[in-house]
Formats: sequence, structure tokens, C-alpha cells
Amino acid sequence: MSEIVIVDYGMGNLRSVEKALQQVAPLQSIKVTSDPQLIRTADRVVFPGQGAMPDCMRELKQLGLTEVLLEVANNKPFLGICLGLQMLFEHSEEGNTHALGVFKGDVVRFNEAQLFDECGSRLKIPHMGWNQVEQSMEHPLWKSISNQSRFYFVHSYYVREKEAIASGISRYPESFTCAVARDNIFAVQFHPEKSAASGLTLLENFVQWKP
Amino acid sequence: MSLAKRIIPCLDVNAGRVVKGINFLGLKDAGDPVEIAKRYDEQGADEVTFLDITASSEDRGLILPIIEQVSSQVFIPLTVGGGVRQVEDIRTLLNVGADKVSINTAAILNPQLIFEASQKFGSQCIVVAIDAKRAATPSGYGVFTHGGRKETGLDAVEWALSCYQLGAGELLITSMDRDGTKSGFDLELTKKISESVGIPIIASGGVGSLQDLVDGIKLGGADAVLAASIFHYGEYTVREAKTYLRDHGVEVRL
Repeated sequence: MSEIVIVDYGMGNLRSVEKALQQVAPLQSIKVTSDPQLIRTADRVVFPGQGAMPDCMRELKQLGLTEVLLEVANNKPFLGICLGLQMLFEHSEEGNTHALGVFKGDVVRFNEAQLFDECGSRLKIPHMGWNQVEQSMEHPLWKSISNQSRFYFVHSYYVREKEAIASGISRYPESFTCAVARDNIFAVQFHPEKSAASGLTLLENFVQWKP
Repeated sequence: MSLAKRIIPCLDVNAGRVVKGINFLGLKDAGDPVEIAKRYDEQGADEVTFLDITASSEDRGLILPIIEQVSSQVFIPLTVGGGVRQVEDIRTLLNVGADKVSINTAAILNPQLIFEASQKFGSQCIVVAIDAKRAATPSGYGVFTHGGRKETGLDAVEWALSCYQLGAGELLITSMDRDGTKSGFDLELTKKISESVGIPIIASGGVGSLQDLVDGIKLGGADAVLAASIFHYGEYTVREAKTYLRDHGVEVRL
């Protein structure tokens, strides 16, 4: 039986991620943990996150998790969700935070002053709701999900990568990268655990993924 | 193509049971919240909101196992409101599987609660519900509590702005003049607030037809629309509502 761990560093509610994984992988062991040893020995790692970036980095450091995260991001099927995507980059505008730096690039805030749709209506921050995702790279995690399917988003910051890792693109109203992939890592800005059938399919693909 | 406008069915829960009449074909127990939430999910609801209207505080905990069960089987965002008084209540609801918690009277009594809660759990999960109706305040709309019976003296637009500044992630605006009338949203109220704040607005109160939903979005500037009775009594399915919206130029998830 393979073991999936959900990294718990006290940021946000991990129950929905756990429940969605239980739904798609009823026969696998799914653990929510902050124990570096369990993370190190797991077969797959899910790295979620909610709330504010500075708090996330502080908690990761206090729990002594940065080292093991960098290690498993190198050698195991690894799924980042929301802040779990943003934290993989070098730096975030949010609280001027240095992050894990697995990927080259930074995390910036949507520009409030420029957020108007084609009809001139004001767009709101957070970017909250169901938006379309263009699959900009073929990837096993997109299997059985039609291109331009909608996923549930809720965020105020987005990633600007400096290497060719974009695997999904959304618009609000300008294009932004909402999914990245490289080797054993797949990370998304949206919440697959709250994205109904498309989200569950993505999680199921992750559980079966052999990078 | 971009962000879809959201359709949010709302369920009233009293002492652990859904109380508004539900008219779904083929449901064994029409009051079972899990079955109802599943049905809405299948019809394409973008979120589901549960409003706990339980009067006695000892029965209020009965909503917790419901949220726990629903969140194990329905994988769309769940909002829970009603009777939320303090940060601890929010934590409890999030822990059983709510994604967002809506606060109303407690925020009026203690606006700092919005700040504390959004700092602690993130703005994305803090919804402030504002019950408004026409009153002699600067915007022409006042904030009311106790189902519209008690006037707070707050101006609805000013209060909405304060909630936004204190860290609310979303506002649920209910017109107490329109609630239950089926005469459509109060579009002026919705528009005034939507234009004043930089966070998403959910319009509520007064939906009687599918055109009302279109108007709430196109004329009222709402980012999402919440409705109870048009879905509960089987007049329309969520899918019919979304099809209508799409056919009238509103982007939806179908």
C-alpha cells in the first residue's frame, strides 16, 4: 500500500484536501502530518497552503520542514496547491517573503487598478470562483480532463515563472500561469479538492502518476 | 472567456435538518442535507451555503456533523453561517469541513472580529453577511439585524466598506425589503455596494425568476447570486438557471 502525506504546517484547513484524496484513493494510506520523517518516507507528497505567505514560511521554518520539503520536491511525486505552488518560487511580494526557490520566478499581486473586464466592470480581488484553465503542456495530470475545464480559484497573488514550466494558463483578465510542472513536481494555483469532477480527476491522476 | 459568475443555492438548517421545502424527484429523505447538497452539486451549483437558523444554542452544534458529512462527499466550496459569534466558532466550522464562514450580527457588535478572523484564517474564508433595507442613512440603505426588525444605525455602503477594509474576503448582501417577495434583487443596493468595494459581492433576497439572476449580475454588478426558494421548490434546477444565464450573455460554468 502506498502512502500519501499531506504536509501540515498549521496553515489553513487541510481536511478538504484529505477528504478529496480519500475519495479518489480509498485503498491508500493518507496522512496529514508535520513529521519530517513521515514526509521523507512517504510515496507521494501533497503540499497545500492557505492564508498569508510570510506566516507560511515562518511556520515551515519553525517546524523544521524546509529541508525535507526541498528534498522530497526533488525525488517524489509532489503536488503543490495554492500557496503550495507559490512557496516553490524564489520570492513573494506578499510581505516581501523569501520562499523555497525550487523554481525561478516570483509571486506578485493582481494589480487592482487594472482589473476591469471587457465590459468595463470592476474585477475583484481575491480572484474567487471558477475559471478556465488552458492546458499549455501535455501532462499525465491533465489526463481525462478537457482543455479549458473550469477549476475553483481563490487567491490574490499569482506566480511569474522565469523558466519554461507553465502547464496551465488562466486569464484575469490578463493571462497568468496557474499550473506548473517539472520532473516529479506538479503545482496548481486552483483548488482541485474543491473543483468538483475535474478536480477529483486531477487528484486521481496524481495518485497514479509515475514520473 | 474568464471567471464565471457563481450560482449559490442556500439551505436553511434547523437543529440538524434542512427546513425549507425541498422538491427533488427521487429523493428518499427530502430533508437530508447531504442528499440535497449532492443533488445541487450534480446540477452544477458553484458553491453551497448552509444557514443555521437554530434558535437554541444547545441545538446549534447539530450542524457540525452535517457539514462534516457533506464535505466528505461534495467537492465544491461550502459556506456556513448563522450563530457564529467568535473566532473559536469559525475554527470549529472550518475544522469540520466548511471552506468559508459567514458572520453577521457578531461582526456588527464587534467589527474587530472580521480583522482577527481574516488574519487568523485568511480573508478567503471570511464572508460578512449584511442584511440591508431602505433607511434614512447617507446611501439610503441601513444595516439591520434580527431578520430586518432591528435597525443598527449603520449605513449599508459604509459598513460594507468597513468590512472590506477590515479584511472580509467576500460580502453577502441581502435586501430585507425584497427577501421573500420574489420581486427581484434590490439592484440599486447591490450596485452601490459592488462599486464601493474591491471584493466579490453575492446578491441575495428577492429572486423570483431566472431573469432576476441575470439582472443581479448584469445590472447589480454581483459576482455571485444566492437563491433558496426557486431551487428548493423545484421551480428551476441550478442547471436551468445556468443555461438561462449563459443564453443571456453571462459567463457560467456549465
